[in-house]
Amino acid sequence: MTATDAPLLEVQALQIAFPTSGGGTMASVARAVDGVSFTVARGETVCLVGESGCGKSLTALSLLRLVPSPGRIESGSRIMFDGSDMLTLDDERLRAIRGQHMAMIFQEPMTALNPVLTVGSQIAEVLRVHTTLSRQETWTRTVDMLTHVGIADAAARAKQYPHELSGGMRQRVMIAMALIMSPKLVIADEPTTALDVTIQAQILELLRHLRERTGMALLLITHDLGVVAEMASRVIVMYAGRVVEEANVVDLFAAPRHPYTEGLLAAIPKLGQEEDRLQTIAGSVPPPDALPSGCTFRDRCPYAFDRCATEEPALLQVGSAHRARCHLVEEPARREAPRA
Amino acid sequence: MSTSTTGTPATPLLAVRNLTKHFPIRTGLLQRVTGAVKAVDGVSFDVQPGETLALVGESGCGKTTTGRAILRLIEPTSGTVRFDGTDVLALRGETLRRMRRRMQIIFQDPYGSLNPRMTVGAAIKEGLIVHGLAEGSEADRRVVTLLDEVGLRPEYASRYPHEFSGGQRQRIGIARALAVEPSFIVCDEPVSALDVSVQAQVVNLLCDLQRDRGLSYLFIAHDLAVVAHMADRVAVMYLGRIVELAPRRTIFRTPLMPYTQALLSAVPVPDPTVKRQRILLAGDPPSPANPPSGCVFHPRCPNPLKDAECTRVVPPLEEKSPGHFVACIKQPLLHLSSNAP
Repeated sequence: MTATDAPLLEVQALQIAFPTSGGGTMASVARAVDGVSFTVARGETVCLVGESGCGKSLTALSLLRLVPSPGRIESGSRIMFDGSDMLTLDDERLRAIRGQHMAMIFQEPMTALNPVLTVGSQIAEVLRVHTTLSRQETWTRTVDMLTHVGIADAAARAKQYPHELSGGMRQRVMIAMALIMSPKLVIADEPTTALDVTIQAQILELLRHLRERTGMALLLITHDLGVVAEMASRVIVMYAGRVVEEANVVDLFAAPRHPYTEGLLAAIPKLGQEEDRLQTIAGSVPPPDALPSGCTFRDRCPYAFDRCATEEPALLQVGSAHRARCHLVEEPARREAPRA
Repeated sequence: MSTSTTGTPATPLLAVRNLTKHFPIRTGLLQRVTGAVKAVDGVSFDVQPGETLALVGESGCGKTTTGRAILRLIEPTSGTVRFDGTDVLALRGETLRRMRRRMQIIFQDPYGSLNPRMTVGAAIKEGLIVHGLAEGSEADRRVVTLLDEVGLRPEYASRYPHEFSGGQRQRIGIARALAVEPSFIVCDEPVSALDVSVQAQVVNLLCDLQRDRGLSYLFIAHDLAVVAHMADRVAVMYLGRIVELAPRRTIFRTPLMPYTQALLSAVPVPDPTVKRQRILLAGDPPSPANPPSGCVFHPRCPNPLKDAECTRVVPPLEEKSPGHFVACIKQPLLHLSSNAP
């Protein structure tokens, strides 16, 4: 919001490709992420939303250069973080940023935590790598951090192993680990998807509180539009590896401009409305190696017309900070006559 | 929609009374039984013909175990289950097998529940053949009809489960359950693993099938918003017990049990302009191996009326208004406190 200088994170034309096994030659690749650009300002909460396979998690992983092999970030992609060009950094400088200035919270704390180390020693490890604190200071900071993330009796909990903690507590440990160096950007990939709603409410509250207190920026990856509505200041909607809409949270929910966003919002069951039929989006997400020509959403779009098959729409400006990748932005009259 | 209650004169299709399932805890070298996980602890409810009863609650509350115990996929420890007048728990061998034709299940993970080496057609046909409903070309014809009914193309019958998306696999799971023409289906989190846009398709399909075939559902879910669209009545479970049971409207508009209120308030609302009063529950649900005394919810209960009585008295599931059952000794008898804590 107070973006007087450069944004904290700037992603430009990010492209992540996976070789596909089709045919004898190595020529064919599937672009799981294709031309994604966005920014995150200091202290801002941005949500990256989309359904499985839309490329949101890969995008998040790429920021820390964690794209799993054989996937690779294609040349021409650019990720600038706090003045560093993430894609050209040498390993040593990359390690200095990871965990210290940019940290990640994963969906499944049980698989992200090491089962044979106590949770305290795993948090302390971050301090050992990035600081020169004494053993005693390291331990004190670790226990303090566990207290900050709402773990009662932190000194005793720090000596326990991940399997001895509940799912909600493990996620608190992950958050403690991510936040202990006071990073400028925290990337949270579906941090509450594996949790029950009452525990999810606790964790979201904690993230909001920590963000306000530390001034960190939060990039939240989720498929849950309820979580988006509660957490985000700005939202980026992804579909089939592309950004299809970007807006501040109120505009996006009040006036979605991409038919996919519109369909998603209509499809979520809502507590207050008890109508029996849910709106649906026809069909399902196409795999990255079998995308339709033109607009990748046209097969499922109720408004699609001839131009959508031949020409991929650009991300078009529809308001001061609102963009949508849809020909309807230029031809709004087409919206009036949805095809049967 | 339905006005049925647990006390209606109409004969329920399914009547569950005091169902319990205790899993023994064995410790030590001799593996002696030293305790029990009370996964389901005295659950009673009815399901009327054509009705959807939703069973909601968080992980470990016993909702899945309840569903499986009714079908005897897990043997219940005690209690009774009557299906269309028959005592399900007394059935053995061939009679049990015949009963299973009428009571089916749809699983959460359609990939894990379909045999990867069996074509979709063979998986759907298996039930038809086992129960002697059809064979040969007649069975093939039925498979095509079933695939069509769940919105899949007939040529899919010769493909394998891995060739399908999650939503399509769930449709296959539904077709497989429908093949034997059941009247009752336990839907165990059937849409939890699906993306929003696909989830809506499957929810609508389940609603259409219910209307066309007069099916009854026990719909097990943790997503309250989905339940708000599917259910006629909703039963809320906590730590092996039903703590509130009411028609859908009642449960969403005037929940009385503090746990239900907290659960509803915890659901994120997909509207950024709504800022809700949220009841944040402290801590995690306790272990069902060692449940709290009295009301199982008392250690986390935010109700200011809570007192020592709650730690002693096990609250019975009482009918506080017609069709609205609540297990809380601190609630008034009428909906006087719909805005209660």
